[in-house]
Amino acid sequence: MTLLSVRNLSLSIGRHPILSDVSFDIGEGQIFGLVGESGSGKSMTALALMGLAPASARVRGTAQFGGIDLLAQTERQMTRLRGRDIGMIFQEPMTALNPMKTIGDQVAETLLVHRAVSRAATRTDAQAVAAEKLARVGLPTDRFPLSLYPHELSGGQRQRVAIAMAIALRPRLLIADEPTTALDVTTQAQILDLLRGLAADEGLALLLITHDLAVVADMARQLAVMQGGRIVETGATEPLFRAPRQDYTRRLLRAAEHRPARRPPARSTDSSAPLLSVEGAVRDYILPRPSAFAPHPLLRAVDRVSFSIRPGESLGLVGESGCGKSTLTRAILGLDPLQGGAIRLGQAPVTAGRTMPAALRARMQVVFQDPYGSFNPRHRVSRLVAEPFHLTGRPPDADRRIAAALEEVGLSAADRHKYIHEFSGGQRQRIAIARALIIRPDLIVLDEAVSALDVRVRAQVLDLLARLQESHGLAYLFISHDLSVVRAVTDRVLVMQSGRIVEEGATEDVFADPRHDYTRRLIAAAPKIPETWKEDADADAD
Amino acid sequence: MKASLYLGLALALAALLAAAASLIWTPHDVTALSIADKLKPPSAGHWLGTDHFGRDIASMLMAGARTSIAVALVAVGIGMGFGVPLGLLAAARHGSIVDEAVMRGNDLIFAFPSLVIAILITAVFGPSAVNAILAIGIFNIPVFARVARGGALSLWTLDFIRAAEVAGKGPARISAEHILPNIASLLIVQGTIQFSLGILAEAGLSYVGLGAQPPTPSWGRMLAEAQTMVTLAPHVAIFPGLAIVLTVFGLNLLGDGLRDRLDPRLRART
Repeated sequence: MTLLSVRNLSLSIGRHPILSDVSFDIGEGQIFGLVGESGSGKSMTALALMGLAPASARVRGTAQFGGIDLLAQTERQMTRLRGRDIGMIFQEPMTALNPMKTIGDQVAETLLVHRAVSRAATRTDAQAVAAEKLARVGLPTDRFPLSLYPHELSGGQRQRVAIAMAIALRPRLLIADEPTTALDVTTQAQILDLLRGLAADEGLALLLITHDLAVVADMARQLAVMQGGRIVETGATEPLFRAPRQDYTRRLLRAAEHRPARRPPARSTDSSAPLLSVEGAVRDYILPRPSAFAPHPLLRAVDRVSFSIRPGESLGLVGESGCGKSTLTRAILGLDPLQGGAIRLGQAPVTAGRTMPAALRARMQVVFQDPYGSFNPRHRVSRLVAEPFHLTGRPPDADRRIAAALEEVGLSAADRHKYIHEFSGGQRQRIAIARALIIRPDLIVLDEAVSALDVRVRAQVLDLLARLQESHGLAYLFISHDLSVVRAVTDRVLVMQSGRIVEEGATEDVFADPRHDYTRRLIAAAPKIPETWKEDADADAD
Repeated sequence: MKASLYLGLALALAALLAAAASLIWTPHDVTALSIADKLKPPSAGHWLGTDHFGRDIASMLMAGARTSIAVALVAVGIGMGFGVPLGLLAAARHGSIVDEAVMRGNDLIFAFPSLVIAILITAVFGPSAVNAILAIGIFNIPVFARVARGGALSLWTLDFIRAAEVAGKGPARISAEHILPNIASLLIVQGTIQFSLGILAEAGLSYVGLGAQPPTPSWGRMLAEAQTMVTLAPHVAIFPGLAIVLTVFGLNLLGDGLRDRLDPRLRART
């Protein structure tokens, strides 16, 4: 039976249409996926349904939910519905909870606000229900007392608390807006399992909003694909993946599976001297003293790590957050000193800070994850791209080289006079690559360089990286938590867990036949579009 | 919100213009005494009346604005000149002994009531405008150091700073090239507010006789001198009082308005 029936939902802010004629149905207990790239209007659809669209927005259309039209309710009526009949969870588990309240109080709050415990609702009753709900989401009271504060929990555990709050009153519909995007792959698998279980056990319908096609393929029976505020295609998941009717869907699917054309790794260079070698690197952090006169405890973030990169090679480094890959990157880039072991670039030792000669520094550059924080907003592109010239001295033809670097990454030379806010996320990442390229380094460290990009933009940037590698003979250290991307673009891969390298080998071998237990868990946890679905789509595309 | 910014700007400009004009022209000579004309109410000849020595109050207010603004401006300059580099240094060496030393030094200065220490300084070194400037300026240093450090700390976590480090730039260069331009708006706003506090502090010191010495006109001393005659000739006290209140009020409005205008987080909300 249909639980939510949205018809011709349109939303505009000022004169800008944000959503136009969005229509879809969600059945009771059904998992419905809403996929699209950033800015396609998927989150705005959810906010409009919850009556949480910005005050300046004009909303039209209908959304029948159990006999009432959600879009025609007053704010007072919506406050009664929210939390009781419709729950919602968000992307960022770090900010979705109030840091000043215990998890028990936060779950109980939902119950008390709706006076749902009983007529004589007391805190104790509400706490009892809260304990039960937290146990349901995998946080049993004996190990996770209600008196814990959010900062004492990990990201995945916080997301569980947020889910417990959302389902506390047994809503019939749960809206999950990118619920696992900020989580590690193994945590993601657990949260998705939990959501699937809740839908099955409690007859809860789930509107799952995500940019990740593999997550949708894994979870949803029905899905809708959004682009530019419209639904371009909707239908049952499997047939839609097998035979997408719309060109946009087809492009999206192909981009998600995109593997840039790369020449096979040159085996002949096996014997050549490594470009970068890391030998027994150790990096300790000093933690605060537990009590006034106790010694500082040490945290070993990188524990005797050894590996090497040959010239022109792509090496992947995968691991979950907190495994030490960022710390290792900082040491490789010569930003932090090591407590043991050595890092060599060419034959010269990499040391931290000013002790490292500029000529050595100039042999490696870096591209970061966040396309928005990677540039000084007050400088023009020409100055941003030229920053590495600090290492080599500004050449007389600097301006020509800036223009050439921009053209090389697919932008125009005239872009150098603009400020960074005039560019999209994908363009900014191209500018970051231009900045890394301008002094012709031998090694570029790509620190989650494509993780923040939409699938189609990501495919383009990966192509660009592959092309540049070939034309300039670059070596890449490709750091990512996204296994499918690492598999697509690297020759060899390292798997890192708790500061150690647990597995190393040729990328295809490691993915096809993982030997370490942790690698196996990682690969199993990564959601993927079933192979059999793809064949049809490929055949169709040709 | 915009109106208050413009009102603040107008009041601040009025004070500035009065001070600037007094350099070349005042309606009457501020040092000319004329006991016969003492305590005259406002008239065509003396727009704001005369004081107990028969000096023209309008002229004294204009010249007094010059003293107040000069003292406050130099004091803010001292605060920025020492405080901002200290704050940037503390942020660049976050968590180190340098950071600790700078911040605890700040706490030390903050711990004392500023006016009391200013009185101590001027009492030890003798009352003068220069000592008032020093006393007020020293208390501006920790304010700017904290604002600069706070703004810089959040910037240091961003990737463009990492990119500059990878480009081999040292902390001093990164602070000057990348951090400072991005915290300039914070500093301008704080500067405006400290400027108004400086005017207030100068008036306070002059009021207790520790600021600019006669015959240099000063708003604070005008108030002090008018105090005993407030029932006899209220205008002698009212006008310098109004001058202080309006200038400080105007600068505060200006600072607040600039904050709304320059802070992108607040701008996005409107």
